[in-house]
Amino acid sequence: MSFEHLNGGQQLAIKYYTVAIGLFVAQILFGLLSGMQYLIPNFMLGLLDFNVTRTVHINAMIIWLLYGFIGSVYWLLEEESQTKIVGLKLGNIAFWVFTIAVAIVVVVFLVVQSGPGDDATRWFINEGREYIEAPRWADIGIVICILVFFYNVAATFSKGQWSGIAGVLTLDLVALAGLYLAGMFYTTNISMDQYWWWWVIHLWVEATWEVLVGCLMAWGLMKTLGVSRKIVTTWLYIEVALMFGSGILGLGHHYFWIGTPEYWLTIGGFFSALEPIPLVAMVVHAVYDSGVKHSKANNHPAFAWLIAHAFGNFFGAGVWGFMHTLPQINLYTHGTQWSASHGHLAFFGAYATIIIAMMYIAAQYARGQSVFDGNLPDGGWKWKWSLGLLNLGVVGMTVALLISGYEQSFIERAVGGSTWYGYFAAQTHPWFVEGMWWRMVFGFVTAAGIVLLVWDLLTIGKSRKAKETLETSAQTA
Amino acid sequence: MNDNIPWWSSETFWKKTAIWVTGFMFVVLVVLTLDTLPKISVGSERVPAYSVINKHIDYVFNDERNIQVPVIGENAPLFGKMLTEEEAEALVTHGKKITQGRNCMGCHTLLGNGSYFAPDLTKAWLDPAWSSEPEREQYMIDFLMNPEENARSFGSGRVMPDLNITEKEAKAVIAFLKWMSSIDTNGFPYNFTVLDREE
Ligand code: HEM
Ligand code: HEM
Ligand SMILES: [Fe+2]
Repeated sequence: MSFEHLNGGQQLAIKYYTVAIGLFVAQILFGLLSGMQYLIPNFMLGLLDFNVTRTVHINAMIIWLLYGFIGSVYWLLEEESQTKIVGLKLGNIAFWVFTIAVAIVVVVFLVVQSGPGDDATRWFINEGREYIEAPRWADIGIVICILVFFYNVAATFSKGQWSGIAGVLTLDLVALAGLYLAGMFYTTNISMDQYWWWWVIHLWVEATWEVLVGCLMAWGLMKTLGVSRKIVTTWLYIEVALMFGSGILGLGHHYFWIGTPEYWLTIGGFFSALEPIPLVAMVVHAVYDSGVKHSKANNHPAFAWLIAHAFGNFFGAGVWGFMHTLPQINLYTHGTQWSASHGHLAFFGAYATIIIAMMYIAAQYARGQSVFDGNLPDGGWKWKWSLGLLNLGVVGMTVALLISGYEQSFIERAVGGSTWYGYFAAQTHPWFVEGMWWRMVFGFVTAAGIVLLVWDLLTIGKSRKAKETLETSAQTA
Repeated sequence: MNDNIPWWSSETFWKKTAIWVTGFMFVVLVVLTLDTLPKISVGSERVPAYSVINKHIDYVFNDERNIQVPVIGENAPLFGKMLTEEEAEALVTHGKKITQGRNCMGCHTLLGNGSYFAPDLTKAWLDPAWSSEPEREQYMIDFLMNPEENARSFGSGRVMPDLNITEKEAKAVIAFLKWMSSIDTNGFPYNFTVLDREE
């Protein structure tokens, strides 16, 4: 199909979204493999060991979410700035460089897998640090591509017009890119290593990424519900104040047990306990606006996913995060299936959801439709079922992991004294094993959901004639 | 625009608040970081020098802090060889790089961070799984070099894959693990049973 009617930024966004969805599928496939290895210990042993499948699982996630964010920003860029994108050619080149780099990294993870304990391994094969396993050459490539992306964004807003959303977004991207540098050095000192590693991980997901999706949410509510710019901008500033106000020092909840001084127990516990507040505020905002507008959205799937985002963020990050964030509890739950339970609901609920919402907004315009409402030709069953299955699947996995996590923290930690024997006593306990089975069952539910999602995104609105009256930003220039 | 908007719901008020709060929190984080970095530098009280691998390391309940803390004891050179500070650093560094190159974190946690498929390695050096202190070093070498046959997974059926670790590499990894066990982690892991100290 032709995307001629889309503006340059939007055409680039479609490319980013396409790769994002592909990586999302890869994430789920490798998640299923990792999950199976808990149930069948010898499954693919020596071929794709757990550390390989898991690494691909979480790295595919990080990269597809980044692709989703970048795509979403390109999508709204020309509309928000009221001008043509600056440096589109360069942006396109960066997309291809980035994508080829990602492909090479994945192939090396799968085929070469590991290397000797020398510097070349970290530069070309695997850095061996969770989430940022990508070898150093790829880190540098990523930084360069992000700089090009940043140039597109900042230069376009500068040429066109700045808005509240534009300002927050641009400053947030500076912080997001800068933080990545904190993970790009080697040290033997494992305490120092993890101190800076958390700057990347925590200050991404609990500060800069939250603000980024705050911008997308503000824009998405204007777009789907027609909420006034003044209201969403004010909320965005409140969000930023509350999120950075709690999340920056909330970093301390990762500094309880890595060798760092004891005052982090107090600081980390206190500030991270405040982190749910902005997430509650977001739910209030979204629900209030939908009430005011009687949920009369012009794009039902996108709107549904935005609401899923508000609640998913609140439960996954806010509630599930809060449950283990006080040091008195974290002493027993740190590094158990509790963390996995929280990690799944938070990443899915806060980030996967809103990117899917943005993809539906993009699909609506790409297919030249003025609305995606209740009158979709197939009654919209595909998006409704995929919404249901994906959310049910992830929530189901989250609950299953939490039960295993509870068992693990009691048997391994409290009773077993955290020895290797205690660890395996917990892993072989029937309650733990049952949790792992249920995770698998819901993993397949999730996988069914994604099949439908991909199918729907590829087809939704295709059969209907494009509306001539459709207002796209293609005209703005 | 109308003037009836109260100050606490005005856009400019929240814009300024957002900027000040963010700036302030960031400055506090930088100050705390400047205080923390020396306290977690190698050779500090909490993170001992690499030559600690020449010593006996224990993990003992401390009544005052109400948690277990590492206790550095008599000379107990690793593999029977006293190392200089530089030699110790080189060995531990090699060990750490091997753990990254083989992606140990893809299955294990270190200081509680990583993956949950295999036991935490923070105090692995002190684990009763190594039978007894005199046997420990050899058991660890054997295990790392041939994990599938020397599995210590207590009937779970889960085995560590063979990562083609040579004896030289195994020794470096063990040096890294021994050093890591000496870090003061505020009592994590809790209620840990130390090798040869089982009641
Ligand atoms: C969308 C936002 C968030 C995401 C995506 C997220 C994700 C994660 C992930 C993946 C981990 C595991 C890290 C690892 O592999 O070691 C983690 C750990 C943790 N998170 Fe979050 N999180 C979010 C927000 C929060 C919030 C708001 C809180 C607190 C209120 C919180 C509390 C924690 C704590 C305490 C840990 C440490 C777990 C441990 O000790 O093992 N998180 N988070
Ligand atoms: C078919 C569905 C899925 C299955 C079977 C699955 C399975 C797994 C497994 C086995 C692990 C390793 C946990 C460990 O170390 O023991 C893992 C980690 C992880 N997965 Fe998934 N996963 C699935 C979907 C997802 C989705 C949809 C997301 C988020 C969008 C996600 C995010 C994560 C994260 C963040 C981690 C790291 C957690 C941590 O370190 O605490 N997964 N997953
Ligand atoms: Fe965090």
